[in-house]
Amino acid sequence: MNDSPTTGNSWLARLWPIVPIIAALLLTSVLLLLFNASPAESFGAMVSGAFGDTNKVLSVLAFWVPLLLCSIGLLVTFTAGLWNIGVEGQIILGAIGASWVALHLKAPAPILITVEILVAMAAGALWAAISAVLKTRGHVSEIFSGLALNNLAIILTNYLISGPWQPPEGGTFRGTAPFPEAALMPRLLESRFSPLSLILAIVAFAIVAIMLNNTTWGLKLKALGKNPYSSFLLGVSSERETILAMMFCGALAGLGGAVRVLSWFDSLRQSISGGIGFLALLIVMLAAYRILWVPLIAFFFSAVLNGSITLQLRTQLHSSLGGVLTGLMVLFVLLFGTARSVGIGKKQDTDSGAPEVTAGPASTISSDMGGGG
Amino acid sequence: MRVELQDIRKYFGPVKANDGISMTLEEGRIYALVGENGAGKSTLMKILSGYQPPTSGQILLDDIPVDFHSPADALLKGVGMLYQDPLDMPPFRVIDNYLLGRSDHARLDYKSARAELEGLATRYGFELDVRAFIDTLSLGERQQLEMVRLLAGGAQFIILDEPTTGISAEQKDILFDSIRTLAFQENKTVILVSHKLEEIQDLCNHAYVLRRGQLVGETELPCPNEKLVEMMFGQVPERSPRPPFETGEIALSLEDVSVETHRLSIHGVNLEVRAGEVFGFAGLEGSGQRLILKACAGLEPVTTGRIILSGEDVTRWGYHRMQDYGMAYMAAGRLEEGLVAGLTLTEHLVLVDPEPSFFIDWPDAQADMSGRIETYQIVGTPDTTADALSGGNQQRLMFSLLNDHLKLLLLEHPTRGLDVRSTDYTWQLLYQRREEGTAILFMSADLDEVIERSDRIAVFSGGVMSRILNAQETTAEELGHLIGGEA
Amino acid sequence: MNESDVVRILASIMLQSSPLIIAVCGEILTERSGVINLSLDGSMLMAAMVGFVFGLQMNNVWLGFAAGAIVGAIFAAIVAFGSIQLKQNQVAIGFVLTLLGDDLSAFLGQNYTRMPGVTVPHTGIPLLQDIPVLGPIFFDQDIVVYFALVLVGITWYWLNRTQPGLRLRGSGERPEAAFARGVNVNRQRYLYTILGGALVGIAGAAYSLNVKIGWSDGHIRGFGWIALAIVIFGGWSPIRGAMGAILFGATKALATALQGAFPEVSVVAFNTLPWILMILVLLAVGSDFTERFISIMPKSWQPPLRNILRVQPPMALGTSFSEE
Repeated sequence: MNDSPTTGNSWLARLWPIVPIIAALLLTSVLLLLFNASPAESFGAMVSGAFGDTNKVLSVLAFWVPLLLCSIGLLVTFTAGLWNIGVEGQIILGAIGASWVALHLKAPAPILITVEILVAMAAGALWAAISAVLKTRGHVSEIFSGLALNNLAIILTNYLISGPWQPPEGGTFRGTAPFPEAALMPRLLESRFSPLSLILAIVAFAIVAIMLNNTTWGLKLKALGKNPYSSFLLGVSSERETILAMMFCGALAGLGGAVRVLSWFDSLRQSISGGIGFLALLIVMLAAYRILWVPLIAFFFSAVLNGSITLQLRTQLHSSLGGVLTGLMVLFVLLFGTARSVGIGKKQDTDSGAPEVTAGPASTISSDMGGGG
Repeated sequence: MRVELQDIRKYFGPVKANDGISMTLEEGRIYALVGENGAGKSTLMKILSGYQPPTSGQILLDDIPVDFHSPADALLKGVGMLYQDPLDMPPFRVIDNYLLGRSDHARLDYKSARAELEGLATRYGFELDVRAFIDTLSLGERQQLEMVRLLAGGAQFIILDEPTTGISAEQKDILFDSIRTLAFQENKTVILVSHKLEEIQDLCNHAYVLRRGQLVGETELPCPNEKLVEMMFGQVPERSPRPPFETGEIALSLEDVSVETHRLSIHGVNLEVRAGEVFGFAGLEGSGQRLILKACAGLEPVTTGRIILSGEDVTRWGYHRMQDYGMAYMAAGRLEEGLVAGLTLTEHLVLVDPEPSFFIDWPDAQADMSGRIETYQIVGTPDTTADALSGGNQQRLMFSLLNDHLKLLLLEHPTRGLDVRSTDYTWQLLYQRREEGTAILFMSADLDEVIERSDRIAVFSGGVMSRILNAQETTAEELGHLIGGEA
Repeated sequence: MNESDVVRILASIMLQSSPLIIAVCGEILTERSGVINLSLDGSMLMAAMVGFVFGLQMNNVWLGFAAGAIVGAIFAAIVAFGSIQLKQNQVAIGFVLTLLGDDLSAFLGQNYTRMPGVTVPHTGIPLLQDIPVLGPIFFDQDIVVYFALVLVGITWYWLNRTQPGLRLRGSGERPEAAFARGVNVNRQRYLYTILGGALVGIAGAAYSLNVKIGWSDGHIRGFGWIALAIVIFGGWSPIRGAMGAILFGATKALATALQGAFPEVSVVAFNTLPWILMILVLLAVGSDFTERFISIMPKSWQPPLRNILRVQPPMALGTSFSEE
């Protein structure tokens, strides 16, 4: 038992949260040295790649918005104790939904964009509902159904862009033809950033924040995430709330997908999600499920990833470096993030939400594994 | 083996679970360890069996001081503990369970293990099928298997924790015979933790009594029950008298109800419970009483027959619809099936609001919960999480969350694990409910409780419900016969 | 299709499934001890990359396998350390490692994409390979395939017929009861998480050095997840798990064969097969389908059938254990 109060190193306890971040930076530096690249120069290139000029900043913002949308959607599913790994597929379905409208509907821009967004949200929500129903009715862990559905969504995209929706000049497997200007979200200064998408994200953020803390539905999800059976006995319909939580997240992810095709790109592309769904999962974990931290961390991730793309263009270093850096940070924070986990500082009764919330989703996998026989 | 405890202390922070306990256990005798809930019995047993080291104090086996590093180490030194819920491997076969940890050889010697196991079982009058899977055995058989394992491991001092809870009368007799053989013929030392004074009087030679972590008395057995009770509680507690009550109209009726699961089926149950009546179900765990309770709650589908509650046919209704209609169900495991660990008391209250608003009015809910905390004497604040409450307070919280004017209240073991005072308070709360015309249907493993608290009683045995008994005219003996399946 | 075509396809199915079989056996050992190592997809990618590069550098395919095993063991050790020592969430750690392994393999392997490397030599077993039909399928293969098949038998025997196997299963079923019998539960969990991880690493290397030779970004993305699903489908039994792996290998081979036979059907339809199959098998396991199937069988068959078909996760899977 090492949770006795140790006042001597309280400064260490206070500074502890940044230790994992520094460790991740150091380890990434070692990797860079392995490739004969200077860490200082590389990180510098990443920073200037992210914030070097207006266009780059707008690019970070444009990448940030869908990331934020997915992250706050995932807060809802995590609260309900669900590991919505299928978020990636829900983004793709949203993108496909928006693309379908953009390719087939002729209407004035405001109507067209509204319809695109609504269809995208519906498509994402329905794709998420499949996972939810497989879980509530078939006891299939949402982790596995989500993964399968992610892959099916990728295959569907590939089919669409090389088949029915291929550009007139022939299928290239890269994407559809660019959508007409009226179908795209209005973008700032020739950039990929659409202020409309930011407004939508802020509204979504406010809704989720209020929903989780001040509504009966939010409380039901919280109860469900902590103990499904007790919640059922207390009157919470686990099936209904599970499906609704998944669909809520799916709708936000679908909106994120619409932003990807209508603002970041101008067409449906092969890798339309760009791994945003998985990044969003990491963001929520790194934020330890606290909503106020989510936008900040999402912005940081967006900057790192944009920076690493510039880095690749400039130095030929693979852009996965950004993923390595963020992945290491999340890993170290998960392992050593709470000073308590390594026995430093005082034991806190009301520690950050991370350990208790993570305890919820953990149970889902074992309870869904098997159980038929 | 002569066992001596010298000044055993175990502190958890400020809580003194064991506060200087000394006792001596001679070989060839059977001892009882009794005391109220929270008196420190289980802590002492954990120390004796090597699960926890004492904060201070010394254990001597045959006058040699010993330290136990683990339960396995304690067994090596001759101490074996049989838990209420046997520490076996439910998915394993009996023989694999027996072999696990028995030797350091990689190869499993099934042949000699089987001979050994069957030899020991026969010696103590047990019948064990070595090829059976443990999860198909009854609790009594699992206990026998654990006993055999401990004896094969060389146990000279055997500790039994509430061994008769949940086993049949027949298995109890086999168990007691084997305990007598161990002590009186094989000169082993036995100590039994139990709440059931009749059993202790019948089996044991000597009783040690704990109260608030201290040894407060000892006596040779048998002795008058009152003497033991007085030592346990300081004075014999008065149970609050049952207020006389006129029951009302028929609230709940079951007509030829059958429930089938792949483990147990129960057929043709007919039952009527009146408004304000307290109806008790007795029987061994898994005899069908829980199935019927769950069927009444809408948690278990009814195969045939009808369930009628206040004039409505509710046979096919789901649990949540039943809840809305005025049924409440309190399951036995409080934190597993009733309360949500990590949610505050106020949050629980908001969850059960029968007319939920979309937005939560937190100050209002907080005030409401404060009121209920006072009414139900819960030790906690509106912001305390449910898991931070003690067992008795969790039970009170569950009562405080029940809506008013219930038509039907179903309870599984409403007072399990509560001390005498909490039990009494629980029943006061329940009796208040009958004033509102609530029909109360409960099941309990404690026969005295069933007889004393119910108006009428039904006994379940192997999926069959007995005739309905009037509580004032029956005895524990009669119930015992019915539980054993005698008509 | 004539007989020799069928035999050839079956032989190719065995080859295709061999890495999955190895990974499934490894993960079964881990999960049976009570730990979920969810990092399979990432650790197999890393092991595939490291195994390929190391084999190429050393010009020795077996050293490539050894390197893959070490990488898999390291990933597993992180899961074990995080969940056993630090008591953090296994699923979260495993998932982060999955993503990290993906990016890290892409970054570290960036200079080794799309180049030829060393491969496992084909080694027919004399005499046995001449048995008609069975010979070419099982005995005219390479050492990786033989290893996979032998591993299934060893894993089964180890779990079910040895004292260490009882200790391993005990730790995953009811750690407190295992502890009472003198088993050091957390040591078992460390041991089998790391050992299982090493096998997963070997499986990853078996792709890049034998089945899907070479390295590129996300070379075998998805196979780790399929292996995890097969563990559930196989009810945590190595024999049923191996059959599940072969079933998935078969969809792959079938897709290739059918693509040739029906060129007009889009490649899409065949690519979706493994994923749809994954959902369907998990559905069959998760719903009460099995129980319903058993209940229509003759009464006397039911208990043994239930024993064979029952799918029960280790009772303590994913939980932590401390000795108090």
